Amino acid sequence: MNFFEMVRFAVRGLVANRLRSALTTLGILIGVGSVIILVAVGNGSSKQIQDNIAKLGTNTITVMRGGGGFGARAQSRNTQGKPLTVGDAVQLSDKKSAPNVKQAAPVSNATSVCTNGSSSTTPASFIGTWPSYFEAKNTKVVKGTYFTNDDVTEGRRVAVIGKTTASDLFGEENPIGKVMRCGGIPFSIVGLTETAGSNGFLDGDSLIISPITAVQRALTGYGNISSIVVQAKSAKVQDQAQIEIESILDKSHGISNVNSRDYRLLNQASLLATTTSTTKVFTVLLGAVAAISLLVGGIGITNIMLVTVVERTREIGIRKAIGARRRAILGQFLIEATILSLVGGILGVIVGFIGSNFMIVGVKPVIVPSSVFLAFGVSVFIGLFFGGYPASRAASLRPIEALRYE
Amino acid sequence: MAADVVAEEAEVAADVDNAPIIDLHDVVKQYGSGESAIFALDGVSLAIYPGEYVAIMGASGSGKSTLMNVIGALDIPSSGDYYLDGIDMASLDENQLAIVRGRKIGFIFQSFNLIPRTSALANVELPLAYQGIKIKERRMRALKALDLVGLSDRLTHEPTELSGGQQQRVAVARALVTKPALLLADEPTGALDSKSTADLLDLFDLVNAAGRTVVLITHEADVAERAKRTIRMRDGKIIEDTAMVLA
Repeated sequence: MNFFEMVRFAVRGLVANRLRSALTTLGILIGVGSVIILVAVGNGSSKQIQDNIAKLGTNTITVMRGGGGFGARAQSRNTQGKPLTVGDAVQLSDKKSAPNVKQAAPVSNATSVCTNGSSSTTPASFIGTWPSYFEAKNTKVVKGTYFTNDDVTEGRRVAVIGKTTASDLFGEENPIGKVMRCGGIPFSIVGLTETAGSNGFLDGDSLIISPITAVQRALTGYGNISSIVVQAKSAKVQDQAQIEIESILDKSHGISNVNSRDYRLLNQASLLATTTSTTKVFTVLLGAVAAISLLVGGIGITNIMLVTVVERTREIGIRKAIGARRRAILGQFLIEATILSLVGGILGVIVGFIGSNFMIVGVKPVIVPSSVFLAFGVSVFIGLFFGGYPASRAASLRPIEALRYE
Repeated sequence: MAADVVAEEAEVAADVDNAPIIDLHDVVKQYGSGESAIFALDGVSLAIYPGEYVAIMGASGSGKSTLMNVIGALDIPSSGDYYLDGIDMASLDENQLAIVRGRKIGFIFQSFNLIPRTSALANVELPLAYQGIKIKERRMRALKALDLVGLSDRLTHEPTELSGGQQQRVAVARALVTKPALLLADEPTGALDSKSTADLLDLFDLVNAAGRTVVLITHEADVAERAKRTIRMRDGKIIEDTAMVLA
């Protein structure tokens, strides 16, 4: 009896037990598919968070008031020391003393209720800044225009707003060219920013960006600013840019001891590193869930394979009585188990790939190749082992023992 | 392969009265040991010659089924010698026993023992497949065997779609398709009505008339009457053998 013949027998055996074959395949399919999709969801959500952070701007260093660390000392430094000023931002933009800085923009945060007739909104962030802020923070205007350096110099009350602010104030209407009142002072809207989404704490689209001069004159006053956004020329020179920033600010703030700085730097790379390690925990958690489902799936496969062989012990006895050798029987059962495992595994991979194309609880899954191989490999191995081992035992029975089996 | 079997059969036919096809010497089959030992076969010696038609009778528990299992190489005796067509069965390993079962013996069981959810034709082809016979020849011989038992119009039917009598005839076709020297039937009529029983026994007469040895186990006297020789068993021993009486 050759191999081809055994395959024919195996296929005939599978077709003769259609329902059981289909259920076994389904069990393997679900096991493999769910692992692939679960891991892809974990990976996808971690990618999504990273993308969101990248959206905040690349090569960006934020200078904030106050020293590093926590506790009383940090508190006192925050209130003592020299505040950040627009002058600091001007110095940081100097090409000579800071050659690795592409541009800098002062940020003045205002808090104000804005209205349009009876509609009103309190934007999560109301920022007064320079046009360079848009590039440094990777904020894009999709409708209308950015404001210009000219607008800053002239102190024009123009504003670029986010989607949430726009819908709060103007509903479905096009906000470009309209006027809103913030703290009673009119601002005309020139642009609408790209949807940023939420970072979990703040709605990134509840946003107003205006020339710093206009915001200071109308709302905050010409005093201290909240922060300075600095963009390095590239990710590579970010560290050099950081050193340049420190030397400029140390000089202008009169700081000799690096431990008593009255400002601190926050760079995107370190923020990214922190969040990446956080999302890794999430991926590991989902991976554990996936591993458990693979285990449960594996036990299901084992169960069906064992039952199949036990149920067919009598058939094995008949086959032996009419002259089947051990090898022929074992071969047939092994090939049956292989076909079921492979077909189930391949269908599971296909389902995993198809399922990963859909948004799942707001996350776009991203497939991890190693999870595909692992899920497929484990299922096929379990199918083969637990299909093969009991079959081998049954094939070794004396025919009369197998025949008497009920 | 087929030619071999035919030649073998011719040889067997020529050897009538010379060498026994079944030769048992003091065969014991014991279950358990010591005080609680049960002897299913308690020193059975028996010779059956080619072309004979033998009925083995006895009450249930008399050891007749065990005897048939030993003769059919489905079970191994605890002690004693068994020669099938001159071959010492104790010297064969698992694989060789399978080959002997496939080539020399055709089995018929009380419960038919067809492979479930498999067509009549595929069931009959199965033993030939295990012998490694090519698909075309297999198909031809299986069709011939099914024609012989009168089931040419039921080829694609599965066991559940056939009556008991028809299932048993498929089993006979499956037993005969390998052209075995020996046809072994264990209570073949036990699950059949009287009409099917009569048909089946006619079929056995036909098979025996063609020179094939037939051994059947039964507890029905009218079935045993069709055989030329009757062996009665009780408590694992042969208590009557019509051949011995004649001799």
